[in-house]
Amino acid sequence: MNPTKSSAISLRVNGETHSLTVDNRTTLLDALREHIDLTGTKKGCDQGQCGACTVLLDGRRANSCLQLAVAAEGRAVTTIEGMADGERLHPVQQAFLDFDGYQCGYCTPGQVCSAVAVIEEHAAGWPSAATADIRPETGPPPLDDNEIRERMSGNLCRCGAYVSIVRAVAEAAAQAAAVRESAGDTTPDGGSGSGTVPAGGSGARVTA
Amino acid sequence: MTAPTVSAPSTPMAVPSVSAATAAAGTTTSPAPTRTAGSSGAVGTSRTRLEGRAKVTGAARYAGEVPFAELAYGWLATSTVARGRIRSIGAEPVLAMPGVLAVLHHENAPRLKPGVGMMGPDATLQILQDDRVPHVGWPVALVVAETPEQARAAAEALVVTYDEEPHDVGFSSGHPGLHTPDGGPRARTDTEKGDIEAELAASAVVVDEEYTTPEEYHTAMEPHAAVARWEDGRLEVIDSNQGSHAVAQDLAKLFFLDATSVRVRSEHVGGAFGSKGLMRPHLIVAAMAATMLDRPVRVVLTRRQLFSMVGFRPATAQRIRLGAEPGGRLRALDHDATSFSSTINEYVEQSAQPSRVVYAADALRTRTRVVRLDVPTPSFMRAPGWAPGSFAIESAMDELAEKTGLDPITLRLRNEPEVGPASGLPFSSRNLIPCFEEGARRFGWTDRDPRPGTRRDGRWLLGTGMAAAAHSAGTAPSSASITAEADGTFTVRIAAADIGTGARTALTQIAADALETPLKTVRVKIADSDFGPAFLAGGSMGTASWAWAVTEAAAALREKLALVDQIPGEGTTARADTTELVMAMRGQERYAFGAQFAEVAVDVASGEVRVRRMLGTFAVGRVVNPLTARSQLIGGMIMGLSMALHEEGIRDTASGGLVNGDLAGYHVASNADVPVIEAGWVDDPDTYNPTGIKGLGEIGIVGVAAAIANAVWHATGIRHRSLPIRLDRVLTAGTAIENSIGGGAVTY
Ligand code: FES
Ligand code: FES
Repeated sequence: MNPTKSSAISLRVNGETHSLTVDNRTTLLDALREHIDLTGTKKGCDQGQCGACTVLLDGRRANSCLQLAVAAEGRAVTTIEGMADGERLHPVQQAFLDFDGYQCGYCTPGQVCSAVAVIEEHAAGWPSAATADIRPETGPPPLDDNEIRERMSGNLCRCGAYVSIVRAVAEAAAQAAAVRESAGDTTPDGGSGSGTVPAGGSGARVTA
Repeated sequence: MTAPTVSAPSTPMAVPSVSAATAAAGTTTSPAPTRTAGSSGAVGTSRTRLEGRAKVTGAARYAGEVPFAELAYGWLATSTVARGRIRSIGAEPVLAMPGVLAVLHHENAPRLKPGVGMMGPDATLQILQDDRVPHVGWPVALVVAETPEQARAAAEALVVTYDEEPHDVGFSSGHPGLHTPDGGPRARTDTEKGDIEAELAASAVVVDEEYTTPEEYHTAMEPHAAVARWEDGRLEVIDSNQGSHAVAQDLAKLFFLDATSVRVRSEHVGGAFGSKGLMRPHLIVAAMAATMLDRPVRVVLTRRQLFSMVGFRPATAQRIRLGAEPGGRLRALDHDATSFSSTINEYVEQSAQPSRVVYAADALRTRTRVVRLDVPTPSFMRAPGWAPGSFAIESAMDELAEKTGLDPITLRLRNEPEVGPASGLPFSSRNLIPCFEEGARRFGWTDRDPRPGTRRDGRWLLGTGMAAAAHSAGTAPSSASITAEADGTFTVRIAAADIGTGARTALTQIAADALETPLKTVRVKIADSDFGPAFLAGGSMGTASWAWAVTEAAAALREKLALVDQIPGEGTTARADTTELVMAMRGQERYAFGAQFAEVAVDVASGEVRVRRMLGTFAVGRVVNPLTARSQLIGGMIMGLSMALHEEGIRDTASGGLVNGDLAGYHVASNADVPVIEAGWVDDPDTYNPTGIKGLGEIGIVGVAAAIANAVWHATGIRHRSLPIRLDRVLTAGTAIENSIGGGAVTY
């Protein structure tokens, strides 16, 4: 047993390196909130059930309440505070603001971080439980409302902003696809490249 | 299975939500909000939230997020028995643990003033005052330490022993302890008009059924948090609550302090739904510890603690008896509502309320009974009474429609009252019929085939259902001040709370119009008890009450400004208090109304119910900000969907505790549970409150569970009278089609 109860670590958060001494029991979430004063990452349950604490770890979304700070050393942590480009909001943040994809705002940082990752996961061709055809040769599924709903379901919103969240994510995804297209990115990983992302699309795949 | 395959119902609404919203007959906001400022006409225009940027960037700080030097962390330890007395608290070894500063418990905690409470003496405020344990999860000690990790470990290590006593947590409508609540002015528990038994006996068609709803929990995403500290002789608090002024008043009384020496602020609140309306234990123990240690102390409740300390909606069992003529006109409406409270407070879930408002009947009786159990104290949860009550009465009305062979909307139109059915008072406005008409048109209700169990899409049975909704739209006294600054801008101060409602933005729009000034010249400061009395963000009364105070203050300020040549450096301020104006309001009943529509698909193999689309059409007075109003209404409807299909607190009778007290066990609707949902509104002029505003935080949830249950009946031919409509319940009950094929009809 290691008799040491605390550890000196350095955390790379939003491109900045922070040196801190943490109790070995400190979660990444508490390290961010209590030690680095980055309180944008929220604590809704502290036990991996709500998604409010979602951050990007090396570009992939993770519940920071389920990570120990000491285990996050050497990894790139991106929090909600690292999303905007100076004064310019990230397109996902702007879409949440414009479409009112929130009410109390407490789940919002987690939703935004998740949405940023969802758009990338989708563009990279990752299927979800809502994907009907997962054969690689069929390419990425269109990011329709059902895909967004499924992929965003790790983030609870008790205010019930889901309808607007889906629209905000669809809008931001359409923008991201347009950017990729104009950049000439037509690799299979780079989205469909043929405008199959229906902005604000319907749940039309479930036909009544 | 050889059920007939019939084509799906026509779904005019099943088009992309974006265009549907724009196409709707002027009743819904256009999806892209305008962000331009204007000197007038701010009210009625969609505005994005003023604090939106702070919220989407993570800059908005909630109560548990404000840093202080020397901050200490409190962690509550809670009881593990349902009833008894504390025999011992093993504080010694815990005090020796690293970083532990104090262990507060009933033997050493500061004494509190008894009898304090916002709505009468509230025993849930008497924390750490004696050895009584009234339920599992009652706070028995607070451990304070230098870090949250140390505080948590110490609280978990604290050994508390109890002398246990037998407990009772089992609720049913037949419980022998059910009694008439002691009532008080706020709680009219019984009403009676006409001879209910005689009218029932003379009725051609009778519905007599019991409907039940389970314990339901607010589960706001932000756990209750408070930091308390003494600064310059004042107790300064940052807390998550729905009304900083009322909380400050109670806090001062509780600690024997002068009202002016307590200040409570709650700038951003992460959802509440009623759970943050009253002062809660986290704040009381934080104030105790800050006083004892003379340093800032923060206490945040854990997700599990939220399931035993901040209220919940108690389970209800409601018997409805309807007696009608063959043409559907009601001769008798009897609504007998039962629920439970704790042994220490008598909270009454007023589930019979909707039956006093929505339908005319020759004889009308409502009764409310409650039993005291060894459980945490329930409290207001979004549309208290109205939400569970509407499930019962609106389900029963659907059963009456079935029995009389009438369309559910036609049946309701035939029972539209002229005046308040129980009170005989006039309605200040009643635009329920336009809600039915507009909703039916948009939803595509008119072509509906009334026969149940006849539409099929693969393994899914399809159905549609509707329900009426009503919620009180009251006004409460509030005060506000407005300062005309020397630079030409205005500062509004009001102890309102924005718990996600958009109140900050709405009040800015209202002030801009009242002052006839561009929106960008108005700054609204809220959620600070120093701003004076204001009603809390609750009861769908917040915005209507605050807006009146703001418009009165604006009028007073304009009068004042007419008399001054130049605004002095410190500005010119006017105050208004609406107490007298509000007290003069009497003689009318004021409500928001609505019509809820739902289409469901029921999986005959798994029993899963999926809501495919929902539409709510509401009469909610003057809509200040269509963008946020729509969000709030849809948010209510989603909570209604969640109530219909998912939410159920399960209490273990052996231990008395909640089995599923966390967000994994207590399922609230997630994104994948929620389909296209639309909310719109009809014209609803009503200046009984001169602002014309009715609240819309609660009307959205009312009626949804019944609309969904009625749709499930339409899909399957089976009534579900107990919420939530779980998979196992659907499977056990089966479908009318299956049952008839199987030969033995299953009655349910
Ligand atoms: S706080 Fe991490 S999942 Fe809820
Ligand atoms: S905005 Fe309040 S929980 Fe999502």
